Amino acid sequence: MLKRLTLMAVFLLPAGLAVAEEGENYLHAGTDIYNTESLQRGARNFMSYCSGCHSLQYLRYNRMGTDLKIPPADLTALMFTSTKPFDHIVSAMPVDSEKWFGKRPPDLTLITRAKGVDYVYSFLKGFYVDPSRLWGVNNEYLPNAAMPFVLAPLQGLQKPVFKSESVDGQEKMVLTGLELIPPPPGQEKRYLTPAEYDDFVRDTVNFLDYAGEPIKAKRQSLGIFVVGFLLVFFVFAFLLKKEYWKDVH
Amino acid sequence: MAATPDSVGGASPGGLIGWIDERFPLTKLWREQVAEYYAPKNFNFWYYFGVLSIVVLVNQLVTGIFLTMNYKPSSAEAFGSVEYIMRDLDWGWLIRYMHSTGASAFFIVVYLHMFRALMYGSFRKPRELLWIFGCLIFLLLMAEAFMGYVLPWGNMSFWGAQVITSLFGSLPIIGGGLVEWIRGDFVIADATLNRFFALHVAALPLALVFLVIAHLMALHEVGSNNPDGIEIKKLKGPDGHPLDGIPFHPYYTVKDLAGIAGFLVLFCGVIFFAPTFGGLFLEEANFDPANPLQTPPHIAPVWYFTPFYAMLRAVPSFAGTQVWGVLVMGAAIVVLFFLPWLDRSPVKSIRYKGPIFKVALAIFSVSFVILGICGLKPPSGIYPLLSKICTALYFAFFLLMPWYTKIDSVKPVPERVTGHA
Repeated sequence: MLKRLTLMAVFLLPAGLAVAEEGENYLHAGTDIYNTESLQRGARNFMSYCSGCHSLQYLRYNRMGTDLKIPPADLTALMFTSTKPFDHIVSAMPVDSEKWFGKRPPDLTLITRAKGVDYVYSFLKGFYVDPSRLWGVNNEYLPNAAMPFVLAPLQGLQKPVFKSESVDGQEKMVLTGLELIPPPPGQEKRYLTPAEYDDFVRDTVNFLDYAGEPIKAKRQSLGIFVVGFLLVFFVFAFLLKKEYWKDVH
Repeated sequence: MAATPDSVGGASPGGLIGWIDERFPLTKLWREQVAEYYAPKNFNFWYYFGVLSIVVLVNQLVTGIFLTMNYKPSSAEAFGSVEYIMRDLDWGWLIRYMHSTGASAFFIVVYLHMFRALMYGSFRKPRELLWIFGCLIFLLLMAEAFMGYVLPWGNMSFWGAQVITSLFGSLPIIGGGLVEWIRGDFVIADATLNRFFALHVAALPLALVFLVIAHLMALHEVGSNNPDGIEIKKLKGPDGHPLDGIPFHPYYTVKDLAGIAGFLVLFCGVIFFAPTFGGLFLEEANFDPANPLQTPPHIAPVWYFTPFYAMLRAVPSFAGTQVWGVLVMGAAIVVLFFLPWLDRSPVKSIRYKGPIFKVALAIFSVSFVILGICGLKPPSGIYPLLSKICTALYFAFFLLMPWYTKIDSVKPVPERVTGHA
């Protein structure tokens, strides 16, 4: 038995190594697709701040409404005026929007599946002031990002913290972190607190995680029954084998 | 259907079965291939992977048919049609995950099935053709998996296909023309997707099924090997059946049923809880649609091709051409076909072989796994060196086999099989 396990371990080793070595330094999103209220807030956030430019072209409004338990009246409030509940969530961006940003705002249906929730969470927290960029901001996690920082009215602006480092004998400025620029006196309440902003981003990313695979929650809860049934079936199949093999010596 | 007295049991059943038997050898086939196919009674854990390969093959064929009903083989619609299957089609997500997980499961069970043959000498005389059919199945399976991988039209599908098809371009003289002929265009494009679809859903599965039938016919002709590497047909009882054999049905049908149940627990565990398997079974880059203008940061094939991909990269270009890596990669498959004539040991099973073979097989297995890891990694740091060493060890296992199996010590082989699992 031990020999068997060792052999299986050897064959499963590459899987473990490949998973273990994903080492990008992203912030931990801490999302939970089972938290329906968070998903509802995320949907509201997305429709208010993102959907003007970014589509969710593979997700339908009514699917979202059903899965997220959004009442039909509230769902209609989230939709553009001319759209129907069965329509896909498309953005208002014209085809030539590439001229506006240098890049067409990408569809975000599968962004969390392609890049992971931690990446999207980090990206939305990684904007900092950079006057050399077209929109005056740059991003720690996607250098030279084309996106303007539309969440600035919520987070406020961050300034970069650089450190001088010697790379191959040359002095270089390395970005070590971001620091929130304090709001002017008397306007302390203008922005969300850092904790509130984190929650805002977490809910939004959580919603995008849902949009990436709407069936995920159901898949996992169904899986418990399927695997449970198979385990019981295995026991009976094993006992049947034992019974038949009694007369083999 | 009226039951006549002689329809119960007996040699010539009446009724419907009897009617069929007079026109088609139904009872005869059942008896010869299943009920009275005598298999050694000492099959162990490793003997599940043959039947599991069939289970996965059937899974791929059935789920594949349903995917085909909803998939659109065009470069404009392919990616979206897969998302349609995942979202709008009832249970489409389950069918798609069964198919994508099945592809990886296929290679897991086939690799373990082949490893079993290596351990117990199942390729030795008189099973050379059985082994060769198996190698052909493996080769076709690789082609089938590669073309299937292109169909979702993700960015890694596109660039993986671009890289793999361009390998043919390194062949002298015919290379350039050959690549265009395979792609049907100058780059991977709509024409490529269409032809890969045709090959993936019709030509290759058909050939695979025929080869699997030939593989089973050859097996049932010569009889199964076993962990002791003994020919059970040599010792027969007064009834003419092998003393160490038991009828496949019901003994191995019930045993395989338990094995299949155990396999399905793991298989469904992946489908329902980790269908991407940490980016190994479904890669992150494939959730971006194919984009000829944007190369993924790191192009690697799916995990089951990576040992061979590592060998390809391990060989440096020489005399101004990269063709050597391609040849080495091809040779890694071709050498498998010659295995029956490379093993010169007087015994078949690892149980009675000497320490040299045991060490050689252990080194070979570890090298293969390390090559698999190297193929997943970017070619930097320690990985290029590791790939080179392990490629050499992979070939040494085969090319030195005639020599080391001859000088290796052997233990006496018993007359009868030892125990049963």
